[in-house]
Amino acid sequence: MLALVAAHLVVALLLPLVSARGHRLAFVTAAVLPALTLVWALANTGVALGAGVTESVAWAPTLGLELSFRLDALALAMIVLVSGLGALILVYSAGYFGPTSEEATRSAALVLTFAGVMLGLVLADDLLTLYVFWELTSITSYLLVGQRGDKRESRRAALQALLVTVLGGLSMLLGFVLLGEAAGTYRISEILALGRAGELQGGGMVPVALLLILLGAFTKSAQLPFHPWLPAAMVAPTPVSAYLHAASMVKAGVYLVARLSPGFADLAVWWVPIVVVGIGTMLIGGWRALAETDLKRVLAFGTVSQLGFLMVLLGAGGRVAALAGIGMLLAHGLFKAPLFMIVGAIDHATGTRDLRKLSGLRTSMPGLALAGVLAAASMAGLPPLLGFIGKETAFEAFIEEGGSRSWAIAIGLLVGSVLTAAYSARFVWGAFAAKAGKEPTPVHAPGPLLTVPVWLCVVGGLVLGLAAPVVDALAAGYADQYVPADAEEAGYHLALWHGPGLPLLFSAVALGGGLALHLQRKRVRKLAHRSPFSAQNGYENTVAGLERVAVVVTGRLQVGSLPAYLATILVVVVLFLAPAAIAAGVWPGDQVFYHEIAQVPLGIAVVVAAVAVVRARRRFTAVLLVGVIGYGVGGLFVVDGAPDLALAQFLVETLSLVAFVFVLRRLPSHFTEQPSPRRSQLFKAALATVGGIVVAGVAVVLSGARVGPASASDDFVALAPDGAGAENIVAAIIVDFRALDTVGEIGVLFVAAAGVASLVLATRYDRGRASGQSSPPHEKDVLG
Amino acid sequence: MTAPEQPDAVPFDEWDRPVEGWLLSGRCRDGHDRTLLLEVATRTLFPTMLVFSLYLLLVGHYSPGGGFSGGLVAGLAFVLRYIAGGDVGLGAVVSVRPPVLIGSGLTISVLTALVPLALGAQVLSSAKLEATLPLIGAVSTQTSLFLDVGVYVLIVGVVLDLLRSLGAGIDRDMRDAGERP
Repeated sequence: MLALVAAHLVVALLLPLVSARGHRLAFVTAAVLPALTLVWALANTGVALGAGVTESVAWAPTLGLELSFRLDALALAMIVLVSGLGALILVYSAGYFGPTSEEATRSAALVLTFAGVMLGLVLADDLLTLYVFWELTSITSYLLVGQRGDKRESRRAALQALLVTVLGGLSMLLGFVLLGEAAGTYRISEILALGRAGELQGGGMVPVALLLILLGAFTKSAQLPFHPWLPAAMVAPTPVSAYLHAASMVKAGVYLVARLSPGFADLAVWWVPIVVVGIGTMLIGGWRALAETDLKRVLAFGTVSQLGFLMVLLGAGGRVAALAGIGMLLAHGLFKAPLFMIVGAIDHATGTRDLRKLSGLRTSMPGLALAGVLAAASMAGLPPLLGFIGKETAFEAFIEEGGSRSWAIAIGLLVGSVLTAAYSARFVWGAFAAKAGKEPTPVHAPGPLLTVPVWLCVVGGLVLGLAAPVVDALAAGYADQYVPADAEEAGYHLALWHGPGLPLLFSAVALGGGLALHLQRKRVRKLAHRSPFSAQNGYENTVAGLERVAVVVTGRLQVGSLPAYLATILVVVVLFLAPAAIAAGVWPGDQVFYHEIAQVPLGIAVVVAAVAVVRARRRFTAVLLVGVIGYGVGGLFVVDGAPDLALAQFLVETLSLVAFVFVLRRLPSHFTEQPSPRRSQLFKAALATVGGIVVAGVAVVLSGARVGPASASDDFVALAPDGAGAENIVAAIIVDFRALDTVGEIGVLFVAAAGVASLVLATRYDRGRASGQSSPPHEKDVLG
Repeated sequence: MTAPEQPDAVPFDEWDRPVEGWLLSGRCRDGHDRTLLLEVATRTLFPTMLVFSLYLLLVGHYSPGGGFSGGLVAGLAFVLRYIAGGDVGLGAVVSVRPPVLIGSGLTISVLTALVPLALGAQVLSSAKLEATLPLIGAVSTQTSLFLDVGVYVLIVGVVLDLLRSLGAGIDRDMRDAGERP
């Protein structure tokens, strides 16, 4: 399974090469792998519905990290969406993106990458593996929505999607860690088994973990109040919308809830937020869809609404609700993806997606219109389509359960379904109806690449509706993880006809209510436009508020004064080091004044130079005196028998002296025009003195804490001649024992050099621009 | 077809210009601030310092030295050359761009770290190399020397980068601003 995921990524990397020969070829090539994945998954249906196919690859064994995958019923259902619809949408993209489209190369590779990471996500059987793929989908969708990034709208939408989903993703990671630690394992299947058995330890940690995980699921699946990113992301090309926002990415949150529900659905901390947020989202999304005029945004709010619906079904627990959930999951993919593709085809054919401008497409594009009607009918819940089966089962699940909770949920779902039927009707009417007083919109017929995938999806929805037992087998494979309450619940199956009863009545009410709402569309639209608060404004205010806080904090902390920064550092050093040293330190008893007589003059020289630096008024003098201090310390190294250190110290000192002198040429020769005020001088002197005394004192105390050579040094001494073949232990440490440090340090040097060069060149470039002259030498400098 | 080079194509006042790049070119910047004494000293010191830096690099395993010190000495040799001859003197001897040097150094070190992996050993393991060279006899060294070589090259690159941005760059800024260095 890992190989399959990796293959997606590798092929995606190579796709730009194929793209050079033609975009269509690239998209069709990209479609092959998802199609193969679907075939592989379907070939494993038997095992997947039974024990499941598992695979585990060690990732970082010493840390206990592994990449675990598991193909079971839920993963299989998701793969039908992710890979099956993915392949169809890639074929559709071949028709959608023109041969000269600049977006095509990027989109082909990114959509395939996305399919790969999404596949990894649904197959993951390890919380951390799942998290990795989860964030990869966020990043990939950011790139897909942002496209070239040359439009402000795209950038904002992409950033919003990224910020919101990553916020949830991070909280989810925290939740995963808490959950994994509480369970003692990160294997999802094992955690679920523990959860089902009620043996999950960890006290108050598990509820917190679950809430954090739910936050991740809610943001990803655009639940209230995080939903605005999904409609905003509609700026992406239509095939991308169809894939990310119908088939895969936004389903990730629903999938996560479905994945974990069997273990936790009986905990109130799990199902209450899901039900409340899910129904709220279903209502808000459906209501807002009635106000939109852009067909794609109608569908986007419809997706928001349906995601709320799915959340409730898959999070509320219960075998029948889970059956309905899987049924709706498949149904939603099979009607929302073709609806998006139809919008793309209409956009292609007429150049607009505004339902106020479209008219008469029913007669000019009859085939597409029929497909659209069928898909929308499935969305509205019309028999014999898959959407009907899912919806009726959903009503059944909560009506049969009885009790006030279930009735409240059932009524909520009914109202939501009325809205669903209403916007389904609005979509069909808006896209295809001949509107009074409007000329038919001129069209040019879309090619087969644009229509065949649509029909495949629609027919899929119809066939699966008629062949309900197939879906039932798949859904039961997942739903049987729940313990049924009674024999009736245990014996329930997805089927086209359950006989008359309350669920059927509910379905009829939903359809009738929806049509009635649609007939009153003018009034409804006015109402739906009015909204006391807007989640989008909330998001924008939050981001703007964060930026303001950042500005305020930065303005207070980064005052741009070197003395202030140094004072802060020194105060912290004094406050933390001094009490610790006084409390825990022991003044060494055998402290001698000097070890070698040569240390005395060197020490005096260093001290004198240090005092003189403080007195210096000219920069050049100060630099020279600092050099004296450096050489003096180097001399102390020599006296103490550390020639390696001394050599390095002398060389670095020389070089930094030269660098200082270079820079000094551009700086005023004196530090200040006139001496600073007496009071600030006194404060600085006091702080410097205290700081110096503390550091010196701590150094002595620390040297007293050491009783003999550390065992590490002993080992170095012992190992150097044989292990590293070195007579110079310092060299052996640098290039052998701690060679990784060395590599890291020269990496730092590399960054520092690049930083210095960039800063110097950047200021010069600014000056060149300010004076209005182009600067060829600057170009040369930047290029080297 | 270009005309065959005439022996007297070299102008009279340049007949004694050094042909070798590692000697100071003899051209001077702007004609002022030139100390002949320093130039002469540099002509002798520069190659010596480079040889010394190589010595430090090679001897590092057995006595004070190593890639860091060696690289710094070589860098200081270039600094000396820059002080004596300015940008011209530096450019005559180093035609490689500093970022390329820095990158090569880092690459050499990282490759040294990774090569043992390809041979089935742990990252950064080292081995002893022994050979008998004609005239010199048996010599031995460690493969970790290559790590040091990477450090050496990188340090030289860093120093040259410093000279390029702080030295020559500021020189030109001052020239542009009409100030005398």
